[in-house]
Amino acid sequence: MACVLARAVTYALIGLEPRRVEVEAHLQLGVPSFAIVGLADRACQEAKERVRSGVTSAELEWPLRRITVNLAPAELKKIGSGFDLPIALAILAASRQIPPERVSEHAAFGELALDGRVRPVGGVLAVAEGAYREGLGRLVCAAESTPEAELAPVEVVPVEHLAVAVAYFRGERDPPPYVARNGLPPALPAPDLADVLGQQRARRALELAAAGGHNLLLAGPPGTGKTMLGRRLPGILPPLGREEAIEVTRIHSVAGVLHPERPLVAAPPFRAPHHSASVAAIVGGGPGPRPGEASLAHRGVLLLDELPEFQRSALEALRQPLEDGTISIARAGGRALFPARFQLVGTMNLCPCGGRGDPAAECSCSSQRLASFRDKLSRALVDRFDLVVTVPRPRAHELEEERGEPSGAVLPRVVAARERLAEGAPRRVSAAEDLLARAVERMPLSARGRARVARVAATAAVLAQSEQVEAEHVAEALAYRTPREIAA
Amino acid sequence: MTELALAAFAAASDSHVVTRPRGGRFARFAAAFDERCYRGDLDRRGIRFLARSDPAYPPLLAAIHDPPAGLFLRGVADSPLLARPAVAIVGARACSAYGGGVARMLGRELAAAGLLVVSGLARGVDGEAHRGALDAGGSTVAVLGCGVDRDYPAAHARLAAEIAGNGRGLVVSEYAPGVVPAPWRFPARNRIVAGLAAVTVVVEAREGSGALITADFALEEGREVLAVPGEITSTLSAGSNGLLRLGATPLTRAEDVLELFGLEAVRPEPASVGPAAQVVLERVQEEPRGADAIGRATGLGAGGVAAALAELELAGLVAEDAGVYSGVMPPG
Repeated sequence: MACVLARAVTYALIGLEPRRVEVEAHLQLGVPSFAIVGLADRACQEAKERVRSGVTSAELEWPLRRITVNLAPAELKKIGSGFDLPIALAILAASRQIPPERVSEHAAFGELALDGRVRPVGGVLAVAEGAYREGLGRLVCAAESTPEAELAPVEVVPVEHLAVAVAYFRGERDPPPYVARNGLPPALPAPDLADVLGQQRARRALELAAAGGHNLLLAGPPGTGKTMLGRRLPGILPPLGREEAIEVTRIHSVAGVLHPERPLVAAPPFRAPHHSASVAAIVGGGPGPRPGEASLAHRGVLLLDELPEFQRSALEALRQPLEDGTISIARAGGRALFPARFQLVGTMNLCPCGGRGDPAAECSCSSQRLASFRDKLSRALVDRFDLVVTVPRPRAHELEEERGEPSGAVLPRVVAARERLAEGAPRRVSAAEDLLARAVERMPLSARGRARVARVAATAAVLAQSEQVEAEHVAEALAYRTPREIAA
Repeated sequence: MTELALAAFAAASDSHVVTRPRGGRFARFAAAFDERCYRGDLDRRGIRFLARSDPAYPPLLAAIHDPPAGLFLRGVADSPLLARPAVAIVGARACSAYGGGVARMLGRELAAAGLLVVSGLARGVDGEAHRGALDAGGSTVAVLGCGVDRDYPAAHARLAAEIAGNGRGLVVSEYAPGVVPAPWRFPARNRIVAGLAAVTVVVEAREGSGALITADFALEEGREVLAVPGEITSTLSAGSNGLLRLGATPLTRAEDVLELFGLEAVRPEPASVGPAAQVVLERVQEEPRGADAIGRATGLGAGGVAAALAELELAGLVAEDAGVYSGVMPPG
């Protein structure tokens, strides 16, 4: 055995995009050594130790040769620990412990533990889809990743341990089918609207937002239930279709936030990052790059609690996804595109001290402080909110109210309205047109503001099962325009 | 003409000068002052100077004890505008929705009846009074405490441009163009606001507010002062209510001012609103309420309440502040 070569196939992820990577193992005579070349990052370099320990723990032979592993194409940066399994398989194939032809017919993806077990790695779905697209019908991956990988139309070979993979490749026995270890934990239901007392206007705005896919800004003094209301939007959104669900699952898989036993994200996701979040945490980034909160909220709701407390740069970075539904991150290694079509829900106080709009407290903010508070929100961002609702603090006697409708009663109306809106927006009758023109003149309403009012009016009309947009629908939409406190 | 030299000297020396100072400093300044060049510069900027000796100088202003040497005027309207019967509307910068609504309503109704509405272009009550006058297509004058070319406050730059540009308003100041706003200039500005007007209305003022200084100037010159009653529990109205306690005339409708001028109110037909909006208006006129409280009081759904309120806002009958709606016209 003078010089032996074998090859395994895996995929590196640029954002959500799988790129084929060939893992070549080359054994030569010489002083025993082990080198990985081909732009491997730190986690990937450390594969050496895991692979060596894994192979010996599986009671396989570690070839005492000069081992060179090349990850091709060499100019593509390889990040993460998913390369462990293909590297081990390539070395085992090169040393003829498993048949090399069989190995190159499979894609492999997974991290090795020191005892040879195979651990799941985020992004399996995207890798499985990459394998499927290139006609590699089979994917060897960690047993725990099976439910996720099976969302793609590939045959999954679930291996719990490197030894199981070796037995499979040798044709000794097929790996045992994957069985969930602890059964399925019940899914937590989304918070229900029935918990909200009163708040008729905010509820109505929430329903309009759900039906029309509008962004919603809830303003008001602290303790008026703004966050509570915002959290209840996902519960009245229609469930995701199969295509949408796969799309969302792919993003969540790459970010490593999937539930292993219940991988498919079927309900609209809900993300509520803290206001100290960095730009990269919100829109994505890092060397990877990895998806941010805005992408994780794709097809769902992004709640930004205390909007003005966020870094201005983070808020401004949201303008691109709000405009076209995607985030593109340019890196030396290429451009990563993350989908990010989310519904934005913001909450904010009316002033820095929070006293404004609260009959029980007096606002102590100077006009300078108020101005700098407002400056934090650019007009361009505020303009993205179709619905702005000011929630005043209810007086004590108003709190003794009966519970409102549960989310389950609202949802069918939302679903019906979405279906109707998908056929195209209804037309405005002439009285509605007149009212809109009058509002543009009298209320100062910008061109963008006019378009927002028109959109919301169409949603109101559809919710009322009206064939056309009447004046009353435009009037209602006008009530949710940006108030002076925020716009000025 | 020494008045322009006087005004230029005040700007150059950053001081308040209304009569020829005795010191040698002014003499040296006046000797070096190139009036033709200065006037040419003003002309290029579209700013006029109305000297105290000019027959068009407003007689009411000339009657105060320290009338400004002259006024710099920005705007296309003629200077006799300043001599028209005028009412000053002043109040707090940080006003409540009630104060802002009343200021706008007064600006609108008084301007519609033919009065010149004078105020200081500040945020809050001042700005609302100007806007009300503009809404009614009436005349209004903004008196600044800095050069007329400086848009101060910056938030009212557009308002200033509208006042100057529509042919029925002027932006005026005794300070030369380029003079920056300074705290000591605002009380001096207030004497001009009070001086131009035969009647001063204080809409909403805290204790120690600049609007009370304007009222004091007006009282010193023997002009009429009216105050709009505010809630006795609100610190925002403590100053204006204090004026009432001292004997100022309470203002409860625009006619209270018009009667002093012997004018009749020009009321446009009350805007007709739908039946739902009418019901909502009655509730809001009882006391300011949030949308949910209105819904409970009227039995209308959230969508119906929103539509009714927007209709009332559009008709100028209701104003919103921090989610609370209140009526802006005296009922009846």
